[in-house]
Amino acid sequence: MGGLRCAEALRRFGYSGPITVIGDEPWAPYNRPPLSKEVLAAEVSHSAVAFEKRSSVADVNWVLGTKATSLDTEQNTITDSDGQVHQYSALVIATGLRPKRLAVHNYDLANRFALRTLDDAIALREQLQPGKNVVIVGGGFIGCEVAATATKLGCNVTVIHNASAPMLKPLGTELANQMQLRHEAMGVRFLLKRSVEDLVGTSHVTAVKIDDGSTIECDVLVEAIGSHPNVEWLSNNKIDRNDGVLVDSAMRVTRKDDSRITNVFAIGDVARFVNPIFDFEPRRVEHWNMPTETAKRAASVIAAMLNHGDNYPGILDEDFRPVPSFWSDQYDNHLLAFGLLGLADRVSMVAGEISGECVFEYHRGNQLVGVCGIGMRSVVQGYRSKFI
Amino acid sequence: MIKIEVDMTKCQHYGQCVFEAPNIFRLNSDDKLEYTAEADDSERANVEAAVDVCPMQAIRIVE
Repeated sequence: MGGLRCAEALRRFGYSGPITVIGDEPWAPYNRPPLSKEVLAAEVSHSAVAFEKRSSVADVNWVLGTKATSLDTEQNTITDSDGQVHQYSALVIATGLRPKRLAVHNYDLANRFALRTLDDAIALREQLQPGKNVVIVGGGFIGCEVAATATKLGCNVTVIHNASAPMLKPLGTELANQMQLRHEAMGVRFLLKRSVEDLVGTSHVTAVKIDDGSTIECDVLVEAIGSHPNVEWLSNNKIDRNDGVLVDSAMRVTRKDDSRITNVFAIGDVARFVNPIFDFEPRRVEHWNMPTETAKRAASVIAAMLNHGDNYPGILDEDFRPVPSFWSDQYDNHLLAFGLLGLADRVSMVAGEISGECVFEYHRGNQLVGVCGIGMRSVVQGYRSKFI
Repeated sequence: MIKIEVDMTKCQHYGQCVFEAPNIFRLNSDDKLEYTAEADDSERANVEAAVDVCPMQAIRIVE
């Protein structure tokens, strides 16, 4: 997604030279959010989730099913998994995330799933049959969305989560507890402040051992315990890749000595950057609108640089303060949020009713850092301008 | 002129498009999306940005 959006934006900003996009998945870029919902619930194909191909990027060279395996910032080359070497004038790192997996001794058992790619979703979909015991490890947004979809499909769903409520870190106690109640009303069982000790089975998972000593039956295991940034291939370039790739406000990659690599950029989930809306702490933001926002910012700088435009280097100093936004659909509960909710030390309901539609404000000290609602979208939307 | 199409079977009324192209998209008093199906060429960049930010990828510019 970041790669596609960056290519489109490069054309829009007037760069007309060659563009190559290398991607490890066999599919052309597609929209991931439906993977935990529509794609799990029905026979949805790639074409239903693929991004539309715009004529402006018809001449982009797509190298799909191929991984970038190493980078040489002295020679300005990257090498891919087919051994092909690609020379670049400007490079955009948009390698995203991969799911974390449980550290268990019998890791090669079948019926273990994670959800990141279209192929992951198709594989899991085949297993979500009515009556199956589905155990989801991790009660974050992905885990809860899968729980909702699997429940609707008639599965018996248990969520094992290490905190005292699902989605606790982003939502705060009151809203997280409310979402838990709504899941439980649909039949989901939560094992909270618990973790997985071990898996039981010989060829495939048949049960899960919990750290309280109990064992629960399991036909399908879904691991939704967070993700790792894909940065290993960037080694030997002195890049600061402690939790993603550190970039400046122009999305330019930063070395460990704080110098910039002026023709290497990082965007999307893998990029760690300062957002002055909130503070001066660089963070990775795994929200859906970030690949698009960071791609456009990087493309504006790259086009100015490669076209030797009058606006370069002035464009480097432009502010970059995108408003993070996310949403989540679980049953008929439509969550919509702006800001970085996880920064808050104080959460308060400001509109609606807790048992129905409601809106919460998230504050850090006196600073508003986020807003989240179940329903009441006009109210939630009214807050967006407060962050700009 | 550009023609705009929203697949209302996909649209979940998140209203992200409203921020990018406020002359074209709006939420009504029931929080449902309403839009203008035809617009001047000068709106193209805004509508393309709205296409990009639609979580459900429900918006199309009909060429």
